[in-house]
Amino acid sequence: MADKTDLVLDVKNLKTVFFTNSGLFKAVDDLSFSVRRGETLAIVGESGCGKSVTALSLMRLVPDPPGRIVGGSVTLEGTDLLALDESEMRSVRGNRISMIFQEPMTSLNPVMRIGDQIVEAVRLHRNISAKEAHDIAVEMLRLVRIPEPARRAREYPHQLSGGMRQRAMIAMALACRPALLIADEPTTALDVTIQAQILALILDLQKELGTGLVLITHDLGVVAQTAQRVIVMYAGRKVEEASVEALFAAPKHPYTRGLMASIPAVPASGVAAQARLNEIPGTVPSLVRLPQGCAFAPRCKLAIKRCEAEYPPLADWGGGHLAACWRAEEVAEVA
Amino acid sequence: MFAYLVRRLFLMLVTLFGISIVIFFLLRIVPGNIVDILFAAAGYVDPADKAELEKQLGIDQPLVMQYLHWIGGFLRGDFGYSYVSEKPALQEILPRIPITARLAGLALLFSASIGIPLGVISAVKQGTRLDYALRIVSLSGLSLPSFWLGLLILTAAVAMFGQIPIFNPNPKTWLEAFATYAVPAAAVGFRSAALTMRITRSSMLEVLRQDYIRTARAKGASEAAVNYHHALKNAILPVITVIGIEAAFLIGGLIVTETVFNIPGVARFLVEAIRWRDYPIVQNLVMFIAVVVVFANFTVDMLYAVFDPRIRYTD
Repeated sequence: MADKTDLVLDVKNLKTVFFTNSGLFKAVDDLSFSVRRGETLAIVGESGCGKSVTALSLMRLVPDPPGRIVGGSVTLEGTDLLALDESEMRSVRGNRISMIFQEPMTSLNPVMRIGDQIVEAVRLHRNISAKEAHDIAVEMLRLVRIPEPARRAREYPHQLSGGMRQRAMIAMALACRPALLIADEPTTALDVTIQAQILALILDLQKELGTGLVLITHDLGVVAQTAQRVIVMYAGRKVEEASVEALFAAPKHPYTRGLMASIPAVPASGVAAQARLNEIPGTVPSLVRLPQGCAFAPRCKLAIKRCEAEYPPLADWGGGHLAACWRAEEVAEVA
Repeated sequence: MFAYLVRRLFLMLVTLFGISIVIFFLLRIVPGNIVDILFAAAGYVDPADKAELEKQLGIDQPLVMQYLHWIGGFLRGDFGYSYVSEKPALQEILPRIPITARLAGLALLFSASIGIPLGVISAVKQGTRLDYALRIVSLSGLSLPSFWLGLLILTAAVAMFGQIPIFNPNPKTWLEAFATYAVPAAAVGFRSAALTMRITRSSMLEVLRQDYIRTARAKGASEAAVNYHHALKNAILPVITVIGIEAAFLIGGLIVTETVFNIPGVARFLVEAIRWRDYPIVQNLVMFIAVVVVFANFTVDMLYAVFDPRIRYTD
């Protein structure tokens, strides 16, 4: 394991719940993970598995009500963020920890100039003049490879394309050189060709600035290209964690295996494409009525009696490869 | 932009032309004219005298001729003479305008400066007791006719101070001027303030759900900055629309308020003039109000472009 001082983020037993009319549900349940300086950690899972709530919990931006963080700790550079008061937390947000959102089209304020939005992010945390902040904003736009950054800084979001807007978002998020960047599906809303550019950009800047990166995605292809370590989430819990090589070589959880099997492969030349795409049968269970045992059991081909009765603990399979499955040993054999 | 302005100006002229026709003929549909009223008051009718007077005033001519005579004069800046006072209409109208303009301006200022912040607070505190209290106040503001509110204020003034504020045409100090106009302006502006608050609230609630609000919070912006800097700037357009419409409605509210508070403004004068069928005064005054309202609408449209960079008036 890594040296403690090298840790940018250390999350322990994070628990975020939502109080709704149909009952209380645990959006994030007992989640622990850590990110080292310059490391990329990917969090993958289907919609509704708690990825985005995890991200918002780290920023302490979970809408309250109905949501609330009820347990655990989020330690960023030695400070427990959950123990800070709101004004202390504000001085951390956008400064030491930043976030890029899924929807570049709607995540920028439509009535403010791009430059001004970056200037605001800088001046909230640095005691500098408007002129200096503006210079930083233009420099950041140059850094995210926006052509003619000085002119673009004077433009409004609607004058930029989706890819450009996401670049501007990245410029804003990195303007204060945060220790940790959270990217919540940063490329989902973009064209495939733009996706690759934006990912490459994020990784380049991460390397340049030494930022820790939490990349939230449902796209295993993106994970394989970018991350060093991966967390697979299902129904609010971590079901598997491994280095990216170990995970793709030998997934231990049937859900991870299902996700991998669902990636449509490009058929080799001369071979007919598969008639039907692979899928994981069923849907994510309602978080209000989680089964007593493993939440994945109802959809799992390997499920046995024990899976329905008892939740499997996270077991270590060596080299930091964790999986929560009673039948992890058999997963590899079945495949 | 220039072509847009020209087209817009042309449309405004067409609108005003239509309004002039409506005013003119509505006024002629109302039974009786000033001569009827004078002779009815005097108690006898000599048809020859009556015809002579109608001829003098020019109201014996065909309607179309009367209209052309009026509008021709209007365009040349000749507004005719009041039938009642026999003074030039312009001389009668002009001195009264500042009084009503101050009242209307103050009422609008009142409605915006109270309605917008309270609307923001109500939206931010959605679902709390404060929100419910503010919504009840605004609902009562909407359902309270301004003349009744004015009467209540006057009654309260009598009960508490033993006298009612009397309109002072030449206030000596700023405080006196404020006292003269503030109370009636508040009475007539309360309704607009209530409406402005409701629109601000619903518009803010819509905006506060947007992604860029979350982005602003993620930057580390304070709640005040998020609400007033990021959200309100996006939520203000419908509010401006409503204030623009209210500016027109205000005239109606002022008529009763000026009567209740005994203020010698344009609005009360208009009612007097209608009672006497004083055609030159009514026609010209309503035209003047129409010009103000049309320009208010134009200003609102221009303000859209100021507040929302996505709106640009091009050809």
